[in-house]
Amino acid sequence: MTSGGATLAEICVVACAEAWRGDGAILASPMGIIPTLGARLAQLTFEPDLMLTDGEAVLLAPGENGGNDRRVTEGWMPFRQVFTTLAAGKRHIMMGASQLDRAGNQNISCIGDWARPKAQLIGVRGAPGNTVNHPVSYWVPRHSRRVFVELVDMVSGVGYARAAGLGPAIARFHELRVVVTNLAVLDFGGPDRGMRVRSVHPGVTVSDVADATGFVLAAPLRVPNTRLPTAAELRIIRTQLDPDGRRDSELA
Amino acid sequence: MPVSVLTPAQIAGELRSGMTVGIGGWGSRRKPMALVRAIAASDLSDLTIVSYGGPDVGLLIAAGKVRRLVTGFVTLDSIPLEPQFRLARQRGAIELTELDEGMIHWGLLAGAHRLPFLPMRAGRGSDVMRVNPQIRTVRSPYADGEEFAAVPALRLDVAIVHMNRADERGNGQYLGPDPYFDDLFCQAADRAFMSCERIVPTAELIAGGPVQSLLINRSMVSAVAETPNGAHFTSCVPDYGRDERFQAEYVAAAASPERWQQFRDTYLAGDETAYQEAVRQFSGDIASNAGAPA
Repeated sequence: MTSGGATLAEICVVACAEAWRGDGAILASPMGIIPTLGARLAQLTFEPDLMLTDGEAVLLAPGENGGNDRRVTEGWMPFRQVFTTLAAGKRHIMMGASQLDRAGNQNISCIGDWARPKAQLIGVRGAPGNTVNHPVSYWVPRHSRRVFVELVDMVSGVGYARAAGLGPAIARFHELRVVVTNLAVLDFGGPDRGMRVRSVHPGVTVSDVADATGFVLAAPLRVPNTRLPTAAELRIIRTQLDPDGRRDSELA
Repeated sequence: MPVSVLTPAQIAGELRSGMTVGIGGWGSRRKPMALVRAIAASDLSDLTIVSYGGPDVGLLIAAGKVRRLVTGFVTLDSIPLEPQFRLARQRGAIELTELDEGMIHWGLLAGAHRLPFLPMRAGRGSDVMRVNPQIRTVRSPYADGEEFAAVPALRLDVAIVHMNRADERGNGQYLGPDPYFDDLFCQAADRAFMSCERIVPTAELIAGGPVQSLLINRSMVSAVAETPNGAHFTSCVPDYGRDERFQAEYVAAAASPERWQQFRDTYLAGDETAYQEAVRQFSGDIASNAGAPA
């Protein structure tokens, strides 16, 4: 699928980049190829203060020459420092989700009964701590009823209703920013801070998104299209960040 | 007591069944795999393993050594899911204490500091609290009055870690980008055992890296083992990266009991020297096949 010359993967990269708009000098932690390209694009364009690692413990700043030169080591971010940074709220992560429900509860731990799961996944990882400490977004490369479920099996990342239920001390640091999928961008602007369609990607209708979602999704009367990459953004994605086209493999 | 230089098998011999064992490293990165293999080959059983889990967890589970696992995840990094951990969980073969990964850090910190718990925001609102009914909450005694998860201390009977370099006295040095939590594992343990790529004279440590790379000091450690390539197949940069082809072989072997038996016979039937020889054979086969016509 192309739109104005941009592929779906490129539209998703830009939608992911937009998640970090306005974040300033915080640690962006993208999980996955397209979120990583998105964060790097944001850093190279409208969010230059963002901090990014090499995927391990080294913070890398864009190289000279508009980011064309080799990236420059600007700091050290071992896991122990990630933990303090996240507890300090100076981080915005975009995680994956094996399940996600209307309230934004996320599951990456297991499918089925936790005591003896049908499918064991990676584990809760840092999702419980991330969600009650700093902004969190999600990336779902295959929007389906398997992922978007009525209730998740094991709450790893905390959703809005649960955070609110714990009172203002927990709720003050809790923010689920956006959910970017291969169909749409969603947020939590629906009734009771439930999930809502914010924009649909070109060629996708709101009912396509609703059909691929296992709960009632809020949608405003008019849902705009997800913004298309600019020519400059496309050039950065294609020639600087991902000349080998790894972005397409995540949507295959 | 002076630190001794032991073999991996001798270190495994220092452990007892039923112990709580902490394992350093992270995922499939700088794991003390030579020591893990020695434990897998031992008569030990019913261990509680505390780990930022990788193939260390998978190997010990496959060898039937694990009664309970305390972790936030088990992953092979480049391969997201660990097959032996999955199988064991789906069969109900192990007990699990599943915590947020920051809670493991906090539990080890409490353990190292000889505190019963440390307060933390992580966990609250998540099902970590549901599946761990033993974790209580605690209210701040100050004006804020906030309620926190009271993360229980993780005290270890034994910790095992792998460093790039060490001396015979038990000073250890990491030369990669991340110390992980290896110092904390040692300090939360009654006894800690450190393997390393190379034992060097003390003066050579500082010649090899900045003073900040001297992560482990000799107060933290009971014994040292020299195990070249001892983190294989996990990464141990800058000495070597992860052996991705061997890791893929390990994952493929989990596909059936027959293939796993074959993997065990090939790689895990002998001692560490035999393992390293079998790995060299594997790498050689790969290299010669790469040159062969398709």
